[in-house]
Amino acid sequence: MFLGLTTSSRAPWTVLHVRGEIDMASAPQLRQEVVRVIDRGDHDLVLDLTEVAFCDSTGIGVVVAAVKRARTAGGDVRVVCVNERLREMFAITRLDRVFDLFDLVDEAVAGAVPGAETREAG
Amino acid sequence: MDADGGVELEIPAHAEFLSLVRAVVATAAALDPRLGDERIEDLRLAVSEATTNAIESHAQLGSEERIAIRCDLGEDRIEVEVQDQGEGFDPDSLSPMPPPTDPERLEYEHGLGLPLMRVLADETRIRTGADGTAVSLVVYTTPRGRS
Repeated sequence: MFLGLTTSSRAPWTVLHVRGEIDMASAPQLRQEVVRVIDRGDHDLVLDLTEVAFCDSTGIGVVVAAVKRARTAGGDVRVVCVNERLREMFAITRLDRVFDLFDLVDEAVAGAVPGAETREAG
Repeated sequence: MDADGGVELEIPAHAEFLSLVRAVVATAAALDPRLGDERIEDLRLAVSEATTNAIESHAQLGSEERIAIRCDLGEDRIEVEVQDQGEGFDPDSLSPMPPPTDPERLEYEHGLGLPLMRVLADETRIRTGADGTAVSLVVYTTPRGRS
């Protein structure tokens, strides 16, 4: 199973649009693309999961890895997700407190400049 | 489908078969009109998690044995059992995740499957030993408190 992966620029953000089902079979493809984008210097990444029909914990693990890699490089990751099930998974795993979730790409790229925002503790 | 109203399938321990397992379980669950779409999605995701763990356990052994999935449609429940022939594990030995505010939280890319299963299914039972692990996931078809 292959994911649909495309990138677009919303400077200073790079938006990675993901389409399809993320599981153990397709997660390596997403991981590879995340690594490629961040390692070429695009450290501020919006993961657009709007068109993800299914995502299990393997996919959640790739999102965690993306956040870690981007922050290590001095950037950050914002996640766009309207799927209630996926949002519930981020809540169950408490990852909704580790990175920011948005309903729309426009909302994700708006607001504070990457690196200048202050994340609430607690 | 067998004579008892259940569905059985055996899959090679390869990730490419996960989507097939999800489709079969969702189709079987949809045969019970009492089960809403949301609960079917709960079961579909929980079974995907259990099957992923089974595939990983076979991969760790380099085992080419198949993984068995059985879906039983009962009077008041749907029960899916995922049986592997891996080395087994101790569910109580899994270390808890650090809190979200701890930078160490980003070191944990794995280990989310079992907590998710326990939230998604009404009952999650694990029998594990040196000859494999069987995970049973139960979703009630009638409203009832989750255990």
